Parts: sequence; C-alpha cells; structure tokens
Amino acid sequence: MPERPERTEQSELDGTPVGRRVVLGLLGLGAIGVVTGSAVQHGLSRALAPLQMRDPTGLSQLVPIGNTFRYYSVAGGVDHQDATSYSLKVSGLVHTPSTYTLADLQALPQIAMTRDFHCVTGWYVDDVAWTGVRLSHLLDLASPTLEAAAIRFRSFDGVYTENMTLEQARADDVIVALTMEGDPVTHNHGGPVRVYAASMYGYKSTKWLSEIELTANNIPGYWEDRGYPLDGFIGE
Amino acid sequence: MSDPLPRFTAAERAVHWAVAVLMTVCIATAAILYNGSLAVLVGHRHVVEQVHVWCGFALPVPMLLGAVSAAYRTDVRRLNRFTSADRDWLRSKDRRSGRIRVGKFNAGQKLNAALSAGATLVLLGTGTLMWFTGLVRLSWRTGATLMHDWTALALGLLVLGHLAYALRDTEALRGMWSGRVSVHWANREHAAWADEVDPG
Repeated sequence: MPERPERTEQSELDGTPVGRRVVLGLLGLGAIGVVTGSAVQHGLSRALAPLQMRDPTGLSQLVPIGNTFRYYSVAGGVDHQDATSYSLKVSGLVHTPSTYTLADLQALPQIAMTRDFHCVTGWYVDDVAWTGVRLSHLLDLASPTLEAAAIRFRSFDGVYTENMTLEQARADDVIVALTMEGDPVTHNHGGPVRVYAASMYGYKSTKWLSEIELTANNIPGYWEDRGYPLDGFIGE
Repeated sequence: MSDPLPRFTAAERAVHWAVAVLMTVCIATAAILYNGSLAVLVGHRHVVEQVHVWCGFALPVPMLLGAVSAAYRTDVRRLNRFTSADRDWLRSKDRRSGRIRVGKFNAGQKLNAALSAGATLVLLGTGTLMWFTGLVRLSWRTGATLMHDWTALALGLLVLGHLAYALRDTEALRGMWSGRVSVHWANREHAAWADEVDPG
C-alpha cells in the first residue's frame, strides 16, 4: 500500500517539463509577432478595416483583426457640440483675434487629403479621407504678431492641450478637420471640429478643438507633459 | 468523518488572490482602454492607463515573492511536469470518471497554468514596448500592439474558463479560500494526491 503513493508523487514531480516548453513557446511566438506583426496586420487591415468601420453593431471592434481607430479621451464625459453651439477661438499673440462658428469654418476654402492615421503606441489606420481648413490659412487670417513662435491648441473637453511650433503648424498637411471619410467628424472622433496633422502621431491631432492660441514659447501639451516627444513626427 | 486535507498553504493562497485582484483590475481597465464606447464614456484615459500599466507590471510580483515558499515552489514544479498519466487524461473521453488517478493538479489545470503564465509574460513584454515608446521602432510597436490585443483576448478567455470551473466546483473554490478540502472531494478529483497527503 505505501508503494503506490510514493510512486505517484515521484511521477508528478518528475514528469516532462511541458509547462516550461509551453511558456517558452508562447514567448517565442510573441517575439515573432512583435517583429512581423506590422506586415501581417497591414495585410489583414486592407481586407478587414472597411468592414469594421461600417459595422453598425460595433461588435467586430471586440476582435482585434485589423487596424481600426481606438477612441482616446483624457477627460471625463465630453459635452457634445453641434453647429448651433460650436465655436473656435483664435487668440493670443495675433493682431486680429476671432471666433468662428462651424458655418464660418465651412465657408472658408476646404482642402481634402487622404492619409494614414498613426498612434504613437503603434496602431494605425490606412488611408483616412479628411477635409477641412488649412491651419496656415486661419493663422494668416489672424496675422500673428512678431513674438508669436508657437501654438497651443485647447479642447472643449476642458483638459486636453497640444503644442506645435508656428513653423510646424504652417505645414501644408496640418488642417482643422471638418469631415472624415466623407461625413462630418463624429463626436467619438473629436467632432465637430478637430485637428489633423498628417505627419505627426495622433496625440498631436487635438480632438474637440475649441481654441488656437498663439504663444511666445512652445508650451508642452497634455501628453508632452507625460513624456511624449515635443515634436511627435511619425517614425521619430 | 476524516479531517479535511491541507491543499494550499497561506502563502500560496495569498499569491493566488493577489494575482486575482491585479488580473481583475487589468481586465477591467483593458476593457475601458480597448472598447471605444467605454473609452469615451469613462474618459480619464491617462488615469486608466496608469492603473492598467502599473497593475500589469505588478502582476508577476506576487508570483516571484511566492518563490520563497517551499510549498509554492513544489506546486509550480507539479504544474510544470506532465506525466504519462497526464497525457492519457488529456486524450481520454472519461477523464472525469476517476479511472485515471490524478495528482494534485489535472492536466487541464497544468495546461491552463502554462498558457496563463506564458500569456502573462507576452503581455508584460509587449506592454512594456507599447508603454515606453522610445524602446523599439514604430513597426515593432505596431507588432507589439497586435500581439498584446490577441494575447489579452486569449488570456481573458482562459480566465473566464478558470472562473467557470471554479464556480462549478465549490469544494475546489473552498480549497483556494480556506486552504483545505474534504477527503471525499480529494479522492474523487485528485486520488493520487489524496493518497500522497493521507496514505491512511
């Protein structure tokens, strides 16, 4: 009788280390995935992103199959703004401060561009179609003073801020976006009006834009204060 | 009639419940960070991120601390080792009948432990690459995000399965809560182990 338990104990403690192999195997797969995942995801997203973006149930978003937007909000609940309530202030070191309604912005010359949207954490969405007013056009209308060297964007979420140098803000691919994929920018995407800076990571593209303030210094914005690069160019 | 059998020491239970709390917080915050509707509803992304990341970094700590306990180390070894009986158990259709005498852990528990440990390490590694954005190039961060998403989904399913089995078997749950299980339960579910702790 004492034979059996002893034999059993030995066998449970001295079997094949399958557990360790499984753990190491998963680590190996994870490492391969990190290195090759971008290419794999690129293929997947070409096929699947259009489906996900048009899925009215939102259920497909639960499965991480392709590249889709993640919705970032740093404040608590953000009030919805529409054509009747929205306004954009251009203020600070300018000769002609002004306030635009949504209709005012729509009446300005619109430019269209289709570019990728990159988050600094690694996700991205291919070929997003945007239209809006070139930021440089708004800056020209405001006519910055000589001391103006940078921009501070504010959001009507009451918390978010972003910064760019005046030179960066004047780039052709920085717009105050009014539509995305052919429709007005939705609330979750930062609508009715947001920034889209095509050459920069997503955190530079302030959602729920409420104010463009010209400043003498490039004051770090919300994520810059939390360690993200001050410039935020994609790939740097 | 007979006294309950000691199954898990206080140290092992402390490790289990500490990991359980951290895992729950990680899963809840992950849901907020990942699901668009929840993300916009809850907001406060930076705070949620901080909680998620630091609970994630803390997740292995109880397991590492557990290594000072001999009982914990022995059980890790048991989970790691697969015997021929484990292979038979996985292949058999009557694995719950008691024909194959199971040790302290059955092969399913061992697989779950290995997969959970591996998945946790993958999440830790990929999460580190996503959090410290200066560590690797952008395409690797994209790969890390993809791996993090898929591994999280898989680990979430493992955790749900683990919970389902635990809630179905209250005696197993009692073992992890109080440390002791009935002889009857031990003989039925883990006969070889029952003989080992109580040869009488």
